[in-house]
Amino acid sequence: MSDESQRIPVDSDRDVVRVRQLVRTFAVTVKLSLVDQTKIVTAASELARNTLVYGGGGEVEVTRVQNDRRAGIRIVFADQGPGIADLELALTDGYTTGGGMGLGLSGARRLVDEFDIDTEPGKGTTITIVKWCR
Amino acid sequence: MERVPVLKIGDILLVSIQIDMEDQVALQLQDDLAEKIVTTGTHGVIIDISALDIVDSFVGRTLANIASVSRVLDAETVVVGMRPAVAITLVELGLSLPGIRTALNVELGIAMLGTRDHSDLFDDEDEDEPDPVVVTTP
Repeated sequence: MSDESQRIPVDSDRDVVRVRQLVRTFAVTVKLSLVDQTKIVTAASELARNTLVYGGGGEVEVTRVQNDRRAGIRIVFADQGPGIADLELALTDGYTTGGGMGLGLSGARRLVDEFDIDTEPGKGTTITIVKWCR
Repeated sequence: MERVPVLKIGDILLVSIQIDMEDQVALQLQDDLAEKIVTTGTHGVIIDISALDIVDSFVGRTLANIASVSRVLDAETVVVGMRPAVAITLVELGLSLPGIRTALNVELGIAMLGTRDHSDLFDDEDEDEPDPVVVTTP
């Protein structure tokens, strides 16, 4: 299903910028429309920042994916942080524990085609998102 | 750390963001602008984001904070040059930037701030003697 992927650690503000740039490169390669490129890069920026701020750092993997109909881009954000105790609450617009606007998680979910969270208190969080070419 | 330059032109502070900002750079810009508004006594701030290919919630919040802080310091902020794809994404993200004035480009942004006197910015016309307003009744 996948043909190429790249991983980068997320341990600083600078790494969040690197994630944005890497996702942009992949988005251009799979020929996402300009609006969809903007959406996936924005979603990646939100989630990479969450990995850094809430997860205490982690790793991001960007993969070019292909199903029988179309190409796309899959991004996995993984951290070994505290995990999310109340997922439903965390996905609510405006809910934040970090002093932000509470739009990172809920907003990022709206910007992508597929969104999956695997989290458990004390066991870290892994979020997978996919954006397909139209 | 990189820094976004703040230029003073007449009664306006002009900021053109040309780099993919780290969060710390955005926060530094917020501090620099507040400082500069006070030291220069300017009443308008224009932030050109036409070079930004995304605005996420952090940058959006920083822009909103800059606008609020400026207002408290007696300066109006106009954000100009947002790309269409950025606008679409911001709204879908859930950020409609309430409280932020926007214009399509720097020129329109300056015009928007024009309720204050910026005549010193435009030297192509002699504005020292404004034309007398003539009111005629038909």
